[in-house]
Amino acid sequence: MKARFALTVALRFLREGRFQTLLIVVGVAAGVAVVTYISALIEGLQGNTIRRTLGTQAHLVVQPPEQRSTPSLPPAAGSTMLRDVQARAQRPRTVDNWRAVEQALAGTPGVTAVTSVVSGSALAVRGEASRSVALVGIDLDGYDRIVSLRGSLAQGVARVAPGEALIGVQLALDLGVGVGDRFVVRTGAEAADTFQIAGLVDLGNRELNRRSVFVTHTAAQSLLGVPGGVTQVWATVADLFGADRLAQRISRQLGLQVESWMESNAQLLSALNAQSVSTRLIRTFTALVVMLGIASVLVVSVVQKRKEIGILRAMGATRAQMTQVFLVQGALVGLAGSLLGVVLAAVLLWGFSTFVRGSDGLPLFSVGLGWDLAWKVPLAATLAGVLAAVAPARRAARLDPAQAIRL
Amino acid sequence: MAGPLIELRAVRKSYGVGTAIEAEVLHGIDLRIARGEFVALIGPSGSGKSTLLNIIGLLEPMTAGDYRLLGRPVGSLSDAELTQRRGDTLGFVFQFHHLLPAFTALENVLMPSLIAQGAIGDADRARGLALLDKVGLAAAAHKRPNQLSGGMQQRVAIARALSHGCPLVLADEPTGNLDTHSADEVFALMRRFHAEEGTAFLIVTHDPRLAARCDRVVELVDGRVARG
Repeated sequence: MKARFALTVALRFLREGRFQTLLIVVGVAAGVAVVTYISALIEGLQGNTIRRTLGTQAHLVVQPPEQRSTPSLPPAAGSTMLRDVQARAQRPRTVDNWRAVEQALAGTPGVTAVTSVVSGSALAVRGEASRSVALVGIDLDGYDRIVSLRGSLAQGVARVAPGEALIGVQLALDLGVGVGDRFVVRTGAEAADTFQIAGLVDLGNRELNRRSVFVTHTAAQSLLGVPGGVTQVWATVADLFGADRLAQRISRQLGLQVESWMESNAQLLSALNAQSVSTRLIRTFTALVVMLGIASVLVVSVVQKRKEIGILRAMGATRAQMTQVFLVQGALVGLAGSLLGVVLAAVLLWGFSTFVRGSDGLPLFSVGLGWDLAWKVPLAATLAGVLAAVAPARRAARLDPAQAIRL
Repeated sequence: MAGPLIELRAVRKSYGVGTAIEAEVLHGIDLRIARGEFVALIGPSGSGKSTLLNIIGLLEPMTAGDYRLLGRPVGSLSDAELTQRRGDTLGFVFQFHHLLPAFTALENVLMPSLIAQGAIGDADRARGLALLDKVGLAAAAHKRPNQLSGGMQQRVAIARALSHGCPLVLADEPTGNLDTHSADEVFALMRRFHAEEGTAFLIVTHDPRLAARCDRVVELVDGRVARG
């Protein structure tokens, strides 16, 4: 109830120093707008980059160890051996005991989806045209949880039944085929099979659209010569950026070679990290500048209002009440400035997504002010305002009323 | 409640205690003021009048001695307790009016209630308006201090000092900054509140004319009570 006193007096003090208040609120707004805009922009950019990158790949990939040539003759002690070891040609190899691996992965906390694929290279042939493709044997339901094939369907139906295939839209153009047409997949001199096209998928990447052929597990197994086996087990995880740690843990537990998307996209990852670090730096320094601004305005205000503080104290206002008056002023400035700043940032972001377009005339990537950011930023700014007001408020509380009045 | 309103025994005040410039400005003051008294505190500049008033007003601590306000010693009270006591029992009128410029006349009058209760009710508002009416400023209730003359501001300050029904008003040169006519008006107002409400007044003044119109005169010379 007594808190109303602090609010009433704080509001009047702010209104009395209108020009100061306006300056600092605009200052806070500018700072908040920069932080919000940059945060939303980087968040949008990173989200977009990650979606594009990870939309077509698994977060974790379990694969069989690479085959190495092992020299049969060990070097004799004290002698030097010169040798030329030829690297082995890598055949399609299978993950040992893959059903158990699938189950173990699915049972690991943090793993959200698991599927296994049978992949290898092949030739897609129709009449005169032949194209080198990546043949992928999948279980559509499982695979769809990791790479959205159903969501990327451009034509036909999303179905992988025996004798049927889903192929990339570009490959369909190259081969001159459409939904319902047949084509041949050839993996060697002898091994070949004919598939009917059930649907065309657009995976959002020209290379993938040109090379992808999805068939059933069994069909791929027989074409690639790995009957009953799979070449990779794929998984997605809940914590994207914890994927490498999870990969290491699983690798240790299961004794398998597990690669996370963070390893296979190390460059992307370090770029994302650099962005995050710079965003954090900008945020921290802007917050610091904003807080210093609020603090300096309030310090001046305490000096200007010495007399008033003295009178209030003489009339029975406690030190705590005077502290509150200035803390509330800090909070109000932070809140008002940040609300204005968020609106400003929303306008900037709208401008960005409206006027900044890629070569295709579409927005570069989707940015928006999430609710998350829209309430967190004002909350943080209000707290920062209170924090900035601590030192001025303490000065106000310590003011000796007798001296303050005499001046 | 019987007994004096305030009672000071051997009150001393030094500044710069423990430093090379330590100086005692009050050398053992004995002073009693009864309920409903109307007292002038006079003395030359530098005699310690304002210091004494600040000590009585609980705005400054004394260095030694005993001070009882409404029969209760205040020497060992914490800042919060002193503040509370100040709000409950004392009203202040200062030489330079000291209204809060950000608030209207009425809000200034009601400030002690806002401080104590955190909010202003309709009853408070009515009481404040009645007080302003009494000091002849009903029409100025919603004006800011800078829209009022010095005399008017001082009348608002008196209404404010009396707004929470305290038994003692401490006035530091309340007319020192006013022309004779306004000074008379302000003084008459204090006498009127004294007569109607029974409020005790302790008025520091340089003006012998005003002092002569008080019921009792206490004279301070060089930090000692010379008369009273």
